[in-house]
Amino acid sequence: MDSGVALLTIFILSIFVGFEVVSKVSTVLHTPLMSGANAIHGIVLVGAILVTGSADNPLTIALGLIAIVLATINLVGGFVVTDRMLEMFKAKKPAKPSSDEEAKK
Amino acid sequence: MTSLLASAEPTSTPVWAQLIDLFVAVCFVLALKGLSGPKTARNGNLLGAFGALVAVVVLFFSTPGMKNVPLILAAILIGLIVAFPIARRVKMTSMPQLVALFNGVGGGAAALVSIIEFLTAGESESKGILAATVFTVIVGSVSFTGSILTFLKLQEAITTRPIVIPGGQYITSLIGIGTLAAGVALVISPTNGLLAVLIVLSALLGILLVLPVGGADVPIIISLLNAFTGLSVAASGYVLGNVLLIVAGTLVGASGTLLTREMAKAMGRPLTNTMFGAFTATAVSAKVGGGEDRPVKSAGPEDVAIMLGYANKVIIVPGYGLAVAQAQHTIRELVDLLTAKGIEVDYAIHPVAGRMPGHMNVLLAEANVPYEQLKEMDEINPEFASTDVVMVVGANDVVNPAAKSDPSAPIYGMPILDVSDAQQVVFLKRSMRPGFAGIENELLFDPKTTLLFGDAKDTLTKVVSAVKNM
Repeated sequence: MDSGVALLTIFILSIFVGFEVVSKVSTVLHTPLMSGANAIHGIVLVGAILVTGSADNPLTIALGLIAIVLATINLVGGFVVTDRMLEMFKAKKPAKPSSDEEAKK
Repeated sequence: MTSLLASAEPTSTPVWAQLIDLFVAVCFVLALKGLSGPKTARNGNLLGAFGALVAVVVLFFSTPGMKNVPLILAAILIGLIVAFPIARRVKMTSMPQLVALFNGVGGGAAALVSIIEFLTAGESESKGILAATVFTVIVGSVSFTGSILTFLKLQEAITTRPIVIPGGQYITSLIGIGTLAAGVALVISPTNGLLAVLIVLSALLGILLVLPVGGADVPIIISLLNAFTGLSVAASGYVLGNVLLIVAGTLVGASGTLLTREMAKAMGRPLTNTMFGAFTATAVSAKVGGGEDRPVKSAGPEDVAIMLGYANKVIIVPGYGLAVAQAQHTIRELVDLLTAKGIEVDYAIHPVAGRMPGHMNVLLAEANVPYEQLKEMDEINPEFASTDVVMVVGANDVVNPAAKSDPSAPIYGMPILDVSDAQQVVFLKRSMRPGFAGIENELLFDPKTTLLFGDAKDTLTKVVSAVKNM
């Protein structure tokens, strides 16, 4: 298969996977899901490193370094802030079943 | 066909590294899957972070002859130093604008990647690559400037109301057509000058698209721009011939689009209204000022304590104002007191209470409010009719009957909490200032409404001690 066509195939199939994985999400999780997806596209850092790694004039190197800083902020900040949101959800999760169990006992 | 779709120079990535990229792509799919369920969400997010870490580390060992390595590592370190403390320390109330900001810089990075690749390989690229470059630059730049503007709106550095420029839709259409024309021209004759024009026009387009969006529509725009950034990352992956970027970007683009549609549906607004609604809603701003001098009924904390103390059923409607005042712990104390008196108390959570869908759930979870007391809108709406007192704390738009009765209101059509069905309504407000959407709330002037002015935390503390003394 031609490599361009292969990439196009991957692209189209990924669209369907993307639709499929997030169908039927409760409103409660909209914000963390958006934030988590936001973090995932920070993987553009890989692209930023690749272009900077092969750049050899001052302009492209400078632009590349800016891209790396921006992408790192997106990637790291995104995952950390999502984890903080989900931490809040977790806090009450153990409390709920344990109190239920106590009530039963 | 071959020349049209052929990717950039075949990547010299070794097979083992390509297999690791495949592993990372699977991590991302499972991360999104995990984030869709409450039990698996946290692990899903951690899995995504793990995958990203693996991908970046492997890159340094799998790329032969990588240049500028010390500079690259320094840039990553700077990004880490900037992002980590902000993400760690940001108040949960300011989270939406932070997500907007992170999204914007991601879009900017994707645009830059394609710009650099163009500057390096420029004229020799195939038309397919050039088209993908143009797409990345347009969508990435729109996402960058649009998100930064959204950030400023949510930060209230600029007005949260829709900003309507006279003839705005014509200007936006013109810039939009200009952007497309510059993009097509760039594919036909790739020159650096045209690229510069394209960057400027796209950046401008991002600003023009977000300016007229205001109020409760802002969260939907964040989600939409998030999907945009995903797509531009995917396109930059096509430019570089990198499979991981294509998969990750497309996953976010597709899931983000679906999520945006879900959010718009939760607010009863088709997406086109969100983006273009403000153009037609100019009449509203004129109406806003009028009602400020009309009489309202206000009361002290003791009166409210008595109303609550002798009720059989109370519903709390928390809003963003509650979170700003950091009053979520005080409200829980009050609810605990009332529950101890045998009063039935529930929280009514509007899907977009706060500044993002689900934002209020996060904030109340932080205050350890039991999950089962939080009732979603469809579940609680029939219960207002049998409720004695509804206490609205720092919310406004989500209980504004104008969403049902006034077709000219910008929030018209948004489902609301039917608090006016209850016997009595108490509003805890800082002032008569209208809500985030900037429109007057008729319910404030209703005879069954009592207003309790002041900082939500102060007044709630007073109400708590008054209830204790009863």
